[in-house]
Amino acid sequence: MTRVIVITSGKGGVGKTTTSASISSGLALRGFKTAVIDFDVGLRNLDLIMGCERRVVYDLVNVINGEANLSQALIKDKHCENLFILPASQTRDKDALTEEGVEKVLKDLSHMGFEYVVCDSPAGIERGAVMALTFADEAIVVSNPEVSSVRDSDRILGILQSKSRRAIEGREPVKEHLLITRYAPKRVEEGEMLSYKDVQELLRVPLIGVIPESDDVLQASNQGTPAIHLKDSDVATAYQDVVARFLDEDRPLRFVSYEKPGILKRLFGGK
Amino acid sequence: MSLLSYFFGSKPKTASVAKERLSLIIAHERTSNRAPDFLPALQKELIEVISKYVNVGLDDIKVQLEKQDNCEILEVNITLPEQPQK
Repeated sequence: MTRVIVITSGKGGVGKTTTSASISSGLALRGFKTAVIDFDVGLRNLDLIMGCERRVVYDLVNVINGEANLSQALIKDKHCENLFILPASQTRDKDALTEEGVEKVLKDLSHMGFEYVVCDSPAGIERGAVMALTFADEAIVVSNPEVSSVRDSDRILGILQSKSRRAIEGREPVKEHLLITRYAPKRVEEGEMLSYKDVQELLRVPLIGVIPESDDVLQASNQGTPAIHLKDSDVATAYQDVVARFLDEDRPLRFVSYEKPGILKRLFGGK
Repeated sequence: MSLLSYFFGSKPKTASVAKERLSLIIAHERTSNRAPDFLPALQKELIEVISKYVNVGLDDIKVQLEKQDNCEILEVNITLPEQPQK
């Protein structure tokens, strides 16, 4: 059985694509045959984050329109054996994504033996975002501890609960997870930032992880390497924890509390 | 922030302001945005049917959907005029 996971948020720039890249890589590293699909038609970026932008020949819309078959369009990831990327099209035609087309692509992926399909949603609540979540079995809602992001996350949760196939057909609802990214424990401690508990209390969705704010994310995207592959990085560890929790393993939360640097550290610096 | 207010810190922390604002707006939007699309149409049709028998106006009927845990309650409130038409 293929599980379809949508990575969504409503608001842009909160880390959906970073999260899609890392979670799909993490699942593939665990040995699952995984595909990651970019639904951001017109503004594709997953290819850059995954470092395969120069190998894109065909895309999601080509496959939907029958101009290419799925195995021609899927790009094999350079880091993971079991991971394939289906890039978005750069066309400006908003209606390029059809529900039947997306459904067929997902069915075909299932026939090809994919165990997980990760759908990287575009920002907003327009067609692309709705298409990305329509067929989801599980949803990871990415939110920053910041007012506009939290509000938009709540909006997208409402859409999940009304427009997903599972909701429309009255099946078991989409399993929701909350992922908080760009978290700065120091600022939380100082009362300048919503805590992960606050965000969870507001959105009422089970927490799957907290990704700390880090310079490493930019370093990773600069190189086209999903953040989960970085060595000695809190972000990589945090994403590995998220994947483990997704697979029902028990992992305590990390990187959520701030320790004041000791006197030595303050005198001599260092990270 | 001045040194004084640093020591006597009376300013409310912005994070708690954010939380309060969010909890209000989210609660409000949950009730208004998650109402199903058919409510206005239902209200209109109810008025059409009821006004065949009783003289009611658009404002005399209120249709609301409330959610309590797993139970949805459709509340239809019709205010009848004091002297029904004969």
